[in-house]
Amino acid sequence: MALGAILMVFPFLWTVSSSLKDLSQIFLVPPTWLPNPVKWSNYIDSLTAMPFGAAYWNSFYITAVSVTATLLTASMAAYAFAKIRFPGANFLFILFLATMMIPRQVTMIPLYLIMSKIGWLDSHLSLIVPGALFNAFAVFLLRQFIMSIPKELEEAAFIDGAGSFRIYWKIILPLIRPALAAVGIFVFLGSWNNFLDALIFLNTPEKFTVPLLLNTFKGLYIADWALMMAGTTISVIPVLLIYIVAQKQIIEGVTLTGIK
Amino acid sequence: MQNQRRQLAGFLFITPQLIGLLVFSLFPVMYALVLSFMDWDGFGARTFVGFANFVDQFNNPDFWTAMRNTIYYMVLVIPFNISLSLLVAVGLNKITGKGLYRVFYFMPVVTSSVSIGVIWMWILNGDFGILNSFLGYLGIQGPDWLTDTNWVIPSIAMLSIWWGLGNNMVIFLAGLQGISRSYYEAAEIDGASRFRQFLSITLPLLSPTTFFIAIMAIINSFQVFDQAFVMTNGGPAKASYTIVYHIYQQGFIDFRMGQSAASAMILFFIILVFTLIQFKVSKRWVHYGE
Repeated sequence: MALGAILMVFPFLWTVSSSLKDLSQIFLVPPTWLPNPVKWSNYIDSLTAMPFGAAYWNSFYITAVSVTATLLTASMAAYAFAKIRFPGANFLFILFLATMMIPRQVTMIPLYLIMSKIGWLDSHLSLIVPGALFNAFAVFLLRQFIMSIPKELEEAAFIDGAGSFRIYWKIILPLIRPALAAVGIFVFLGSWNNFLDALIFLNTPEKFTVPLLLNTFKGLYIADWALMMAGTTISVIPVLLIYIVAQKQIIEGVTLTGIK
Repeated sequence: MQNQRRQLAGFLFITPQLIGLLVFSLFPVMYALVLSFMDWDGFGARTFVGFANFVDQFNNPDFWTAMRNTIYYMVLVIPFNISLSLLVAVGLNKITGKGLYRVFYFMPVVTSSVSIGVIWMWILNGDFGILNSFLGYLGIQGPDWLTDTNWVIPSIAMLSIWWGLGNNMVIFLAGLQGISRSYYEAAEIDGASRFRQFLSITLPLLSPTTFFIAIMAIINSFQVFDQAFVMTNGGPAKASYTIVYHIYQQGFIDFRMGQSAASAMILFFIILVFTLIQFKVSKRWVHYGE
């Protein structure tokens, strides 16, 4: 188990170690672990070669907006599907479930054409809106959660004169916080690491997200491995830091969404 | 409490997601279906060609190369993926310091495919990559992992197993926690060995979890793209050209929109059939307890 754990982490450690080496040290056989001298300038060079700062900001705000908007729209739909009987509800819910079967690649070209029609190509809206407005998995999962809330809670509020929106906002949302966290983590990881959509929709380097920028960086500096490893470390470190801080919630979230 | 106002509220609540469903899922799927019967370069006129695009796919050597590569990848990834993550989960279930191990095993899961791809390009480099240096210590001359047509799919498979291990492990761990201790206690009284307990208690009671993981593994493996795109561009000599790569290549590089849509439809169909078969077969080996 311990050996396995080392194998899992090893590629990251090796990347960081390589990122601090001089190019001549990188190619040493047998490889050396500790960089000597420690070449911090690789990081400065990577950061000046490519707009990593802008990519960070892009990824950060795209992810933040995506998570917030998805949680809001999905929980609203989930509440309606779980607790309100309105005409067509069953049919629409089955429609939501059925679409979970559609592979992303099927809608890839049509989505590109739609984005080009409405002028969202090379705009971050193309990465935010489709996910925020449509996430059948999130709706399904949150609905399962809301179903387990006893209806007496709602009825009491209803008798006190609360409308549907107040019940949703004041009673349902606070009660499903664990499920919201789980879904939020899923959306966070999916949005932050989304490569294919960014590759298809974005053109301008200043608008690139972190994965897309790293891919371009790789294309341009493929020969300079020390620089490449610095660029890769820059792309990885913040996610790993977030992960280490929030790992308990992240792992529990994945467990929760995975099993339901 | 089911008055008209409440019904209206219900409908309003689903409206944002319903718009999303229509605009970003149902309409695109219909659109893709229509495109798959059209000949179109993305700019000029569209002509209806019936099933010609589908026939074209079956006569296209690239399609078959992509199919072969994808299936080869799946055959390598899925068994290792499932058995290794199960093994690790069972191993971690009782160990002290489980939390810390979970952190390590899960680390690759949160990392983007591009970062993972670049890191592994470096590890798998034939001349100075760390993997071949290790093999060198053992007296083995390692291959040029990513530039050798025979090794490129196994290399990508290796990376994917490493990448996805933590995710499945966590799901298996959750499944293991759902198994009551009393079964094992009873088995111990009967004198069953640890291995016997694993076969007769753990495996059957974990089968719904395994089934879920197997379904997701098949769906995900069919969609392998990022790793090949980042590390090898589908090469060398199309040896890592996968089915999603084929869809991407036809649509966004060659502007053969109809053919691209047709191959996406074929992929959809295959995934559907595989999933249905799994559900059928699952009745034989998945036990949903009492």
